[in-house]
Amino acid sequence: MKQYKNNTLTIIGKECKRFFSDRSLVFTSIIMPGLLIYLIYTLMGDAMNKKMQADPNDVTVMQIENMPASIYPSIQELPLMIKEGTFDHDATINQIADKENNLIYVVFPPAFDSLIATYNVASGLPAPNVRIYYNSACTEAEATYTALCAALDAFESSKVNIFDINAQQDPNNPEIFNQITEEDFLGDLFSGIIPMLILMLLFSGCMAIAPTSIAGEKERGTIATLLVTPLKRYELALGKIIALSCFALLSGISSFVGIMLSLPKMIPTDELNLNANLYTTSDYLCLLFAILSTTLVLVSLIAIISAYAKDVKNAGTMVTPLMLVIMIIGLTPMFGDGAPTQLAYYLIPVYNSIQYMASVFNHVNMINAMIVTVASNVVYTILGVVLLSKMFDNEKVMFRN
Amino acid sequence: MNPETIATQTETSLQSILHVEGLCKTFKLSRKQQKIEQTQQSHKKAVDNLSFDAFRGEIFGLLGPNGAGKTTTLRMLATLIKPDQGDAIVDGASIVSQPDQVRGKIGFLTSELKLEDFFTPNYLYDFFSQLHGVNPVEAATRKQVLFDRFGISQFAEVKVSNLSTGMKQKASLVISLVHNPEIIIFDEPTNGLDVITARTVTDFLQELRDQGKTIILSTHIFSLVERLCDRVGIIIDGRLTHCDTLQNICQGLSLEDRFFNIYKEIKENENEILQKGGQQ
Repeated sequence: MKQYKNNTLTIIGKECKRFFSDRSLVFTSIIMPGLLIYLIYTLMGDAMNKKMQADPNDVTVMQIENMPASIYPSIQELPLMIKEGTFDHDATINQIADKENNLIYVVFPPAFDSLIATYNVASGLPAPNVRIYYNSACTEAEATYTALCAALDAFESSKVNIFDINAQQDPNNPEIFNQITEEDFLGDLFSGIIPMLILMLLFSGCMAIAPTSIAGEKERGTIATLLVTPLKRYELALGKIIALSCFALLSGISSFVGIMLSLPKMIPTDELNLNANLYTTSDYLCLLFAILSTTLVLVSLIAIISAYAKDVKNAGTMVTPLMLVIMIIGLTPMFGDGAPTQLAYYLIPVYNSIQYMASVFNHVNMINAMIVTVASNVVYTILGVVLLSKMFDNEKVMFRN
Repeated sequence: MNPETIATQTETSLQSILHVEGLCKTFKLSRKQQKIEQTQQSHKKAVDNLSFDAFRGEIFGLLGPNGAGKTTTLRMLATLIKPDQGDAIVDGASIVSQPDQVRGKIGFLTSELKLEDFFTPNYLYDFFSQLHGVNPVEAATRKQVLFDRFGISQFAEVKVSNLSTGMKQKASLVISLVHNPEIIIFDEPTNGLDVITARTVTDFLQELRDQGKTIILSTHIFSLVERLCDRVGIIIDGRLTHCDTLQNICQGLSLEDRFFNIYKEIKENENEILQKGGQQ
């Protein structure tokens, strides 16, 4: 006896079985993104920290000729060993070429202080120069060079300026007061970066799965086997979109966890004062709705493109322009003056989600914008399901050579 | 044919279960296809005003050379593609206006329909049973019978990718019949099979016919048609040139000889028409 029922759940079940039973697919689309991001960011962070921070055990030697008395106090503060005197020019330069020697060689003109004192800017003659030899491949020498340049700049400023307003402030009695709160500072920082990051992670999650599921079925000839059954086209489309959205979310979550775990390695924890209480529960809930609805829209878009493509490779090529558009939209919160307040903007697919997420991170959670964003995303998904159903029913799309 | 089959056929010979009326299908040719077919025409009429009936309890064979339109006809009957003109009524349902109903009434098997490599025959059988809305208890009983009949039981939990070509074909055949359809449409059912597997399949088709099922099969293998088919339709260049019992078509000749005579006649007529057209 035949009992015709809605087969959307049957399709979701089949997609889930296909996905979760395939260890390599689970690994490449869920475990690998997070793991790779964690490893790459951690290695990058370690490398950058190593590059940026000089080893305190390695002492740089600074050989100085004609050391002026005016500069000496500021150089003396630097963590290095100073050798004054006259040195063999060529031999010193040869020594510097070996980065292991941690050597920097500075040659001031003789009587530097008198030259500076008598120098007239209006004369048009070049100011006295300081010759510096160092090896930028040596991290410690590079750091010392930067510090030396800062000391020379400070010396130069002190000679040129007549006075500086607020140049020297008493730390116990400051004159400048930045009233930004930690909440606003982090809100500004997060609203520019995190929505784009979420969008790109969701998109890459969809990209890893949707073409294989739809264009792959066309390529393997298994979609035709489904199309000769009484399965309704909309059941097939809806089942695929729901199942793929779940996998894309899992993939996105994996990448997000990878980023969160590697973040302390990229930015030292003392510089990043993260606090979970920065946002309220309703903020997180609204974000969740926005992310879910965005995933549905992204999956629908990629599914439609995949259904049109001849095979998985072709789908990958055809999705690339969409990826560029999504990336550009993802950058929009970094520019402009905050999220738009007119609700009409929240009808634009993808742009609505990114702007709404940015507004939440910026502590401007507009419930109306959330409702319009989620509702319009659901409508776009329904339209996507309808279009995908039509495509499944179109022989020119399904069986084109 | 055994006496029981003849009796069944006599009882049901007038019951048309498939009525095809004026089916037409034209394909647009890409430049690549134009080159391959060595033609300047941008469109090709794959099926041209095709009409025939198939009756309950018979095996109806569509015979024709490659590119004659057999597969296109079967794909239209299976609702995978839509006819430009005409219609077919499959057990009371129109392929044009009621394709969902048609899909529930037919079992369709062709080499272009593949099973997902990743799943096992056991899972796929259950999955397609669900899609066809078959009662789970009935599905389980039928699965046992069909799996045993085709020797799939011992490979039931082996992924399709690990099955031999013959076993894959047998699994596809079984899965196309999960819903016990009244009409079974097979496109080149023995293509690519070894002789033993091919024999298993053809024996099964005869069994199905004996059970009162209607089988439409397309092939270009004359011996298969002679052994299996009760009636034959000959398709050449998209047109059904002959449709009758094997005996009436053959007129005392072997099917192969008769087919070549028909083919030769048609091509000579075409050449004559072309020459007259050229002279005018």
